[in-house]
Amino acid sequence: MSHTVPNQYRSEAARTLRDLPKVRTSVTSATDNFNHNRLRAYGEIDTDRWRNWARDVKTHTLTNLDHYLEQAEKSLTANGVRVHWAHTSADALAAIREVVSEHDLKSAVKGKSMLSEELGVNAYLEGLGVHVREADLGEYIIQLLGEPPSHIVGPAIHKSLEDCQQLFHEKFGTPLDGDPDTLAQAAREALRAEFLAADLGITGGNFLAADTGTLALIENEGNIRLSTSLPRVHVAFVGIEKIVPRLEDLAGFVQLTTRAATGQPIGNYISLIQGPQHRDEVDGPEEVHVVFVDNGRTNLLADEEAWEALRCVRCGACLNICPVYRQTGGHPYGWAYSGPIGAIIAPGILGLKEAMPLPYASSLCGACADVCPVRIPIPELLLHWRERAVEEGLAPKTEELGLRAYTALAEHPQLFSIGGSLLRKLPWQRGGRALPVLSGWTQERDAPDPSSRSFQSMWKDGIK
Amino acid sequence: MRVSLFATCLGDQFYADACADAVRLLRYHDVQVDVPFGQTCCGQPAYNAGLRREAERMARHTADTFEDAEYVVLPSGSCAGMIRCFYGRLLSDDPRVKALTTRTYELSQFLVDVIGVTRLGSGLSGRRIAYHHSCHALRELGVRDAPLELLRGSGAEIIEWVAEEECCGFGGLFSAKLPEVSAGMADRKLETLPEVDMVTSTDGGCLLQLSTRAARRGDGPQFRHLASVLWEGLDQ
Repeated sequence: MSHTVPNQYRSEAARTLRDLPKVRTSVTSATDNFNHNRLRAYGEIDTDRWRNWARDVKTHTLTNLDHYLEQAEKSLTANGVRVHWAHTSADALAAIREVVSEHDLKSAVKGKSMLSEELGVNAYLEGLGVHVREADLGEYIIQLLGEPPSHIVGPAIHKSLEDCQQLFHEKFGTPLDGDPDTLAQAAREALRAEFLAADLGITGGNFLAADTGTLALIENEGNIRLSTSLPRVHVAFVGIEKIVPRLEDLAGFVQLTTRAATGQPIGNYISLIQGPQHRDEVDGPEEVHVVFVDNGRTNLLADEEAWEALRCVRCGACLNICPVYRQTGGHPYGWAYSGPIGAIIAPGILGLKEAMPLPYASSLCGACADVCPVRIPIPELLLHWRERAVEEGLAPKTEELGLRAYTALAEHPQLFSIGGSLLRKLPWQRGGRALPVLSGWTQERDAPDPSSRSFQSMWKDGIK
Repeated sequence: MRVSLFATCLGDQFYADACADAVRLLRYHDVQVDVPFGQTCCGQPAYNAGLRREAERMARHTADTFEDAEYVVLPSGSCAGMIRCFYGRLLSDDPRVKALTTRTYELSQFLVDVIGVTRLGSGLSGRRIAYHHSCHALRELGVRDAPLELLRGSGAEIIEWVAEEECCGFGGLFSAKLPEVSAGMADRKLETLPEVDMVTSTDGGCLLQLSTRAARRGDGPQFRHLASVLWEGLDQ
């Protein structure tokens, strides 16, 4: 339900910075908090060991993914869960359509799920006449505003308290200076009625243990707990990379994910879904469906380098630390997953051409790799996609030709030295600023003040 | 001890005085300095643009140029990082490259880790200095303490800066391709900058970005290259 596409990244980012300066303030302040909390939470455990363990378990699982997916299907089926396989987003949507029409479902509550954003579940179900209500507070806010999420973990991260006060004042009549608790209470009351009326609960899945068929969901608000226990049917969309081999692996992954995401030792609610309501149980849905979604993930898996991105646990730590993301929040990226992780999975899920220029939306500062709980080498993968863009003729032509010329020049020191002097003296004047790189530079900055002579000529004359 | 200085393309044209100060600093510590003719660019712009073959050519050219060097020292963390961390991947079959990567150092790293300098003088007494950790010096080379030790060892007071380890938004061509976002990143640095006499860093690219953005905004202190600041730190 993104309103733009990745190809518009530069103009959308520039527009956000120019027209919506409060977005930068809100995102910076919220991510500063996330970072501060993550740093503290990482400091409480032997994080390097945990991260190595998590990396190794995920790598092992991805290396044997066919085996674990088959095992998961068997376990889920034995638990009474109905398993669907979706190769594409259309397949995933067809799976939920079947469930909806089989049970004549009318009203859905949805726990926060980035995969459902990737698939466009809300718009699709609304098209079928099913009412869909986002039940996570942040998702609820942006649903009321008609906006896509701006962050993997904090979808309304780009909104300030004042924005929310204004919105809730208009929708629920809360005071314009209502504190966060007052606003949350208003949302809680509105959502409670939705939970009670819903016949379909939709979620994603943080992890799925292959040996026991256990679906693990992490949250803080209890909306996922309600979405998976009150409505009579529960549909979970689960990316095929979300498998872990054993139930006991969840203990480490759940804690590491929340520490990386929000700095919490564990989420307020951890739901371990073991199937539909059993005969001796008093609550729970009549049916549970797991839709395993590929939607381009096997493209990533088949890539000798890019597969490492599939270890991602969607904690958002790389977004929080990313100085590029922090300028604009997630909307300019033009699809569900923003920030560094979004830029390295977009080429697999959307296709490289559609993902351009996201692999270039990074200064390669490397801060993301420092914080990733599963040690995805994000800068290397950004470079990998840039190399692929060159190979496939998708890289910007002026840049490519310019750098080829620069390389040829740099192999000839004398010419390079003349070229360097020209760069120093000439082009920063008015006319030169029309050149591609220089115009980009001087648009936002003053022209630099080059040295009066090159170091190499100083060296020739002798340095005292 | 003999050092071959790699001024870098940016240093040669935009930070020539700082390169000269790097020569002076090294000579002051009884290091014999040469500047091999033929040095041009480390290849990072091509590498970061995904032009692997061009980056390989530049790596080969640089390995040729510095083949006889005992040590290679750069007044840049970014270019030193390019050589140390990525040349091995580009030219894994070239034994000269392997030898080059292990004897290449960023200037402050060389002064502290190889020569063992801890104290320079008192030339920076009373100066309040903020240090910008360039991303590649910090994260690729692991250089965090060396420049601070040298600055303190020259009498400077290092002023804590909440964004000192955040990217300035330069990123080579990134700064020209996404100038609006890049400027926002520089603004974050400038907005959080405490009251100081100057900002210094080991990377000319970062200094160029921060100083020209500050000039456009009409704020900011002096931005000076670490080599020049340290040269000033000696009791001369």
